[in-house]
Amino acid sequence: MASPLDAHVQPEADGARITLSGRIDRDGDAAMTAAYAAARTTGAGPIVLDFEATDYINSTGIALIVRLLADARRDGRSVRASGLSDHYQEIFRITRLSDFIALDDDGTTPSPRNNGGAR
Amino acid sequence: MTALARPIRRLLGRSEPDPTPGAAVPEPLPAPVAEQPGVAIDIPETDPLFAFLQAAPAPVDLTHLELASPALDQLRAAGVALVVPLVTQGELIGTLNLGPRLSEQDYSSDDKRLLATLAAQAAPAIRVAQLVREQAAEAAERERYAQELKVAQLIQQQFLPRHLPNLPEWQVAAYYGPARVVGGDFYDFIDLDEGRIGLVVGDVTDKGVPAALLMARTHSILRAEAPRLVAPGAVLARANDLLAEEMPDKMFVTCLYMVLEPATGRVVYANAGHNLPYVRTADGVVEFRATGMPLGLMPGMAYEERTSHIGRGDSVLLYSDGIVEAHDPAGEMYGFPRLKADMATELAGTELLDELLDRLHAFTGRGWEQEDDITMVALRRSPGDGGMAAAAAATPEIATTSEVMAEFELPGALGNERLAMDRVAATVATLDLTPARLERLKTAVSETAMNAIEYGSQGDPAVPVRVSVRRTPTTLQVRIADAGLGGAVPSPGEAELPDLDAKLAGLQKPRGWGLFLIQQMVDHVEVVREGERQTVVLSLDLGGAGDGQPA
Repeated sequence: MASPLDAHVQPEADGARITLSGRIDRDGDAAMTAAYAAARTTGAGPIVLDFEATDYINSTGIALIVRLLADARRDGRSVRASGLSDHYQEIFRITRLSDFIALDDDGTTPSPRNNGGAR
Repeated sequence: MTALARPIRRLLGRSEPDPTPGAAVPEPLPAPVAEQPGVAIDIPETDPLFAFLQAAPAPVDLTHLELASPALDQLRAAGVALVVPLVTQGELIGTLNLGPRLSEQDYSSDDKRLLATLAAQAAPAIRVAQLVREQAAEAAERERYAQELKVAQLIQQQFLPRHLPNLPEWQVAAYYGPARVVGGDFYDFIDLDEGRIGLVVGDVTDKGVPAALLMARTHSILRAEAPRLVAPGAVLARANDLLAEEMPDKMFVTCLYMVLEPATGRVVYANAGHNLPYVRTADGVVEFRATGMPLGLMPGMAYEERTSHIGRGDSVLLYSDGIVEAHDPAGEMYGFPRLKADMATELAGTELLDELLDRLHAFTGRGWEQEDDITMVALRRSPGDGGMAAAAAATPEIATTSEVMAEFELPGALGNERLAMDRVAATVATLDLTPARLERLKTAVSETAMNAIEYGSQGDPAVPVRVSVRRTPTTLQVRIADAGLGGAVPSPGEAELPDLDAKLAGLQKPRGWGLFLIQQMVDHVEVVREGERQTVVLSLDLGGAGDGQPA
């Protein structure tokens, strides 16, 4: 069974990479909050959410990602996602998260209208 | 005391020769056992020496010890002169055994003080090491047990029919509900010549992998012999002879085998110690009686063969022990009379099986852990053209021909939605859903179960959520029923559509995706409400636009 969320933050160029391991659900609230708090101090560049080691995301996990995205947009930071499985890429599209979060693995970028960074 | 529950392993060491006889310093301690030969001596806790050492405050000189103790004799025979008890928290967890000093002098009081100090410091550390080792062994045993259960389930599922027979004018339904510790239930439908069909319901004694393997063997024999011999008595006699040759001790198989002529309703059956089928007729519920010993006990048994007739509108129920031997919280057994009385209903097929299960669950109460596998096969002959047409019209498609692939309950604790998801995924593994379809189904099940737990059970582990997985040739259904504690739960389709722009602007809460996702993930979502209780039915079309097609 998937383990609770572990979010590891690593500064990258002008931004940060948040590596998300385990499952993203209600139990991941504190880890996600702490990860963003650490990532927002890394500069003004993009924040990359690395889902490579994530094996389960449910609707409460989607809500955590929405909250992080809202916070990032308020801070003028863009958000990208990498390592999402096909299934969760589909969920990002269905929920329209992919309109705001560029999915590094499918070659698409969010539309300029919705691109992060706009205050 | 854990240590007392098992013999203690004693290690015998011998001290090196003392190069300086009469030296003021204590002799060096004996060399580690690994460096020199020694013997292991077990002191059972029933031996008087055990209690003596446990109570001893200091090293014990065996030279003058008088005790009627076999262990003491063994120690002396092995050359042990001094035993240092290793005691922690009043528990004897081992001893340090020393031979005589090579100086041939007695151990001095300095020696004994040093050894006592050493023992006092070593004992807690050794106990911790023992506990760690025991816990590791217990964890490995639990893992092995879980693995065995999984293997048993896989074997069992492998040999259950994938499809129900398509019999014009007959309603056929089957249910197999494995217990947590899988029993050896099985059922089968065997195509015979002239349109006849063989129906098998059986039960292997014992549980787990041995039962599953024996079930598989019995299944194979019946599959091989039934088309060749046809006559139920001869089939069971042949199966008995083959199984008796290889049957493990204390194991046997009960089995009811019935050959049905669908066109006429004629049935020929024989019974190897299995529960008698119930037949509901216009005149009441009766039994199909036939006698015979269980399979595999001894070779050369004969099986009584009986012939009967299933009239139009009549229903037959074949079943295993699991239902009649279920207990309520007070320990009362469900029993044959209750099942027979419950058969007196106009319901048929899946509806009959659902009704029987509902009544069983009402009897056993919430939180019941199923004691044994439950298997039921129900047949109903059409009451006639008009009656059949009316029955078909009143019955949803899934109910007329559905196969129950799994049915289970989960404690209503948050997080168990993942258990529901994993169990459903394991159940449908044989259906060859595309990976994308399977992932969508898993998400839908997880979200639906999470709603049922969060609202219907209010997160209370004592309030279970019921899940069943059914299939027809064209449809897969997952039904998730909540307990209704939270009142009316928003249904997929009723809830406000999540708007990501509004959520990002803070005009909607970040949550609220679950119902939306459920609708997007499956082909159909239906909600059935009974009072406050709600059952969400998730459906996937099989073999159509989904499976085998690009996702």
